[in-house]
Amino acid sequence: MTAELEQFDYDVLIVGAGGAGLRAAIAAREAGLRTAIICKSLFGKAHTVMAEGGIAASMGNVNSKDSWQVHFRDTMRGGKFLNSWRMAELHAKEAPERVWELETYGALFDRTPDGRISQRNFGGHEYPRLAHVGDRTGLELIRTMQQKIVSLQQDDERESGDPESRLKVFAEVTITDLLQDPSGAVAGAFGYWRESGRFVRFDAPAVVLATGGIGKSFKVTSNSWEYTGDGHALALRAGSNLVNMEFVQFHPTGMVWPPSVKGILVTESVRGDGGVLKNSEGKRFMFDYVPDVFRGQYAQTEEEGDRWYTDPDTNKRPPELLPRDEVARAINSEVKAGRGSPHGGVFLDIASRRAPEEILKKLPSMHHQFKELADVDITKEPMEVGPTCHYVMGGVEVDPDTAAAARVPGLFAAGEVSGGMHGSNRLGGNSLSDLLVFGARAGTGAAAYVQGLGGRRPQVDQAVIDAAAAAALAPFEEEGGENPYTLHQEMQQTMNDLVGIIRTAEEIERALERLEDLKARAEHLTVEGHRQFNPGWHLALDLRNMLAVSECVARAALLRQESRGGHTRDDFPAMDPRWRGRNLICSADGDGIAVREQPMPAMREDLLALFETDELAKYLTPEELAAVPTAATHTDGSGS
Amino acid sequence: MSYDARFRVWRGDADGGELVDYTVEVNDGEVVLDIIHRLQATQSGDLAVRWNCKAGKCGSCSAEINGMPRLLCMTRMSTFTEAETITVTPLRAFPVIRDLVTDVSFNYAKARQIPAFAPPDLAPGEYRMQQVDVERSQEFRKCIECFLCQDTCHVVRDHEDNKEAFAGPRFLIRAAELDMHPLDARDDRADFAREEQGIGMCNITKCCTEVCPEHIKITDNAIIPMKERVAGRRYDPLVWLGTKIGLRRG
Repeated sequence: MTAELEQFDYDVLIVGAGGAGLRAAIAAREAGLRTAIICKSLFGKAHTVMAEGGIAASMGNVNSKDSWQVHFRDTMRGGKFLNSWRMAELHAKEAPERVWELETYGALFDRTPDGRISQRNFGGHEYPRLAHVGDRTGLELIRTMQQKIVSLQQDDERESGDPESRLKVFAEVTITDLLQDPSGAVAGAFGYWRESGRFVRFDAPAVVLATGGIGKSFKVTSNSWEYTGDGHALALRAGSNLVNMEFVQFHPTGMVWPPSVKGILVTESVRGDGGVLKNSEGKRFMFDYVPDVFRGQYAQTEEEGDRWYTDPDTNKRPPELLPRDEVARAINSEVKAGRGSPHGGVFLDIASRRAPEEILKKLPSMHHQFKELADVDITKEPMEVGPTCHYVMGGVEVDPDTAAAARVPGLFAAGEVSGGMHGSNRLGGNSLSDLLVFGARAGTGAAAYVQGLGGRRPQVDQAVIDAAAAAALAPFEEEGGENPYTLHQEMQQTMNDLVGIIRTAEEIERALERLEDLKARAEHLTVEGHRQFNPGWHLALDLRNMLAVSECVARAALLRQESRGGHTRDDFPAMDPRWRGRNLICSADGDGIAVREQPMPAMREDLLALFETDELAKYLTPEELAAVPTAATHTDGSGS
Repeated sequence: MSYDARFRVWRGDADGGELVDYTVEVNDGEVVLDIIHRLQATQSGDLAVRWNCKAGKCGSCSAEINGMPRLLCMTRMSTFTEAETITVTPLRAFPVIRDLVTDVSFNYAKARQIPAFAPPDLAPGEYRMQQVDVERSQEFRKCIECFLCQDTCHVVRDHEDNKEAFAGPRFLIRAAELDMHPLDARDDRADFAREEQGIGMCNITKCCTEVCPEHIKITDNAIIPMKERVAGRRYDPLVWLGTKIGLRRG
């Protein structure tokens, strides 16, 4: 078994080649360290390419009133104050420089009339804030960083003759286990080449997890096959913590028809650019769903909402642009009340609101997607849309400044796989900025850690390697076991039906029972064929990760007895300030998952001062509010 | 509404293979990739295929359907009759790894040969460009790197030995994109396309444009203008004289 084991040595190993991974790799390599990037797919195909709307950064190019303080405030409101405030602060402060930096790599964003980067409106953002390229911003971001990495390799080639001397991309490699020394410090990672099925061992004292999310645990999802919670599960098994796992974002607008594309994303830009949601009676129903915490910040009449697009200073924004959790729940309620569209969604109409040329210019890939996949011309007809599992707010518990993972020296995490930044609900546009800001911080943090080791390298025992290889081959040993595809479908159905957008204790408990059963059955999978590019085998190995993260979601969802952001409990429908100050922390416990409460650190005074006391009163307990200094009125002068 | 369709899928590896017949259920609104997934889930768990986004945005599921280079996720089953046998084969211009998966490393090697974007002498945040100027390059940056254009281009498809000298349409549009970038500090993109990328080998049959799922006008908007600039520089006597007496390069 070991004879066929390839072995590589690096300083920093980046697991994942989406936006966070690539930005981390650039930072680690620029810090002078030998860096490897592991891609589960081909280089440049990561799920980040699916991001459509843009990158949130308070550059103030379209509305000069914008500032990091306003962005911070919007982010905390969007996350219903459960965010790690330090992450939200760093994110809001550093996003503009991370965006401008992309231009030095060659990115070409859409422009304002005076030649600067254009910015568009998006749900939950007070000012036009999203740097964008039509509706394919994620593709631009990935391609830009992919090309930057190539350019660094060209530099290395000029210097050393070998383009891969300090930065190498391992495409189509899947990591199955982290390697640790007996003290628990990271020593590297173990995985296989998809192409050949051969095993590969990376020795590296620092590993950055940048593996994205968990969407493939749900049946209706906008996520691709790669989103199997690998980094979440690797961190759990290595002894780290996951935080906020009960918060799963269901994007309000996924395609609902035809069945084969159910769940594929319809960008929020459709609404940012004037599209409205209507039920089967033709009513713009979102006006009926503005919750108390947002009352006063959104238009109350269609006329005012419509005026806002051209005159945002004297009008309030339409409620179609509420944060995603609110819109998703509203759509769910309309469909349940029998006012849905023929295929079980609602109507998203831009055809009657904007000229065809404008729609084609601003939303070209949406037009293409509906034309090709649903035979719908969005310049002429409304789209049918409904909620789809899109993003997990929860993830590895990290140190905000360095992205170091809790409890495991040498482990770092950035992007969707990390937790805390978005609290209970992420705003659109804050994902691309998150992965740039914290990708860079993780790369720098990992580099500093390695430099701090002073040449010391944690060593893994051979027995750990042998166990990792044996675990990966187990599905070939079993005969007469179950088909991994069947098991996967049952798990997706379970999560969708019982731990989905609306939850109850009774349903979550049933889900946990089914997950236990699936876990036991997953011990006995059989895959056909051999190890060369075998999707059945790959799925069998991914299943173990999906089952672990699904259990985290379910256990945390059962414990949190309130509704907040991406966690809605029908049996506890209100947001409860007593739950605001508490994070739920998941960790591995034998074969299962343990969950415990952990108090959140109190927000720094100067950040609290950015909010009016009236607004804080909606989120904080009376005791917390009493402790807020009386000067707590906003003093940044940026208006609210 | 559903029916049983007849599929022929190429199964094999670098040592050879064959078309295998399948009968498989097809439902309303499905695309070819759905059918391949159904084969995986129900009849052939180890059928190798690349895919990611399933929405035509990542360019992973490239293959040939009835001989035409296509994205599996963007080919609707309703474009075929129920009686038709649908043949799915791997991209022909690249070596097979297994089943529908090919070795596309040629493309990544070519990408590394193109000199990177050369930033101007401006601080980050100080870049100013007009929308009308960035749009020319943005058209080429829509490319999802599905490599269907590389697969269909006869310069490489029919002549393996051309691969060394010819970068292929995908990387000619990359050169054009950098050439048209309003702030790229290099001025030798067209020369590079001639000397290193073999743009002269392209005989403008526009097959690449026809298969592009992003509808990029590869030939008209990238290759032809680059060819004209190459020709202009090479044969314009004033430019030639200028380069000889060192006024400016190219």
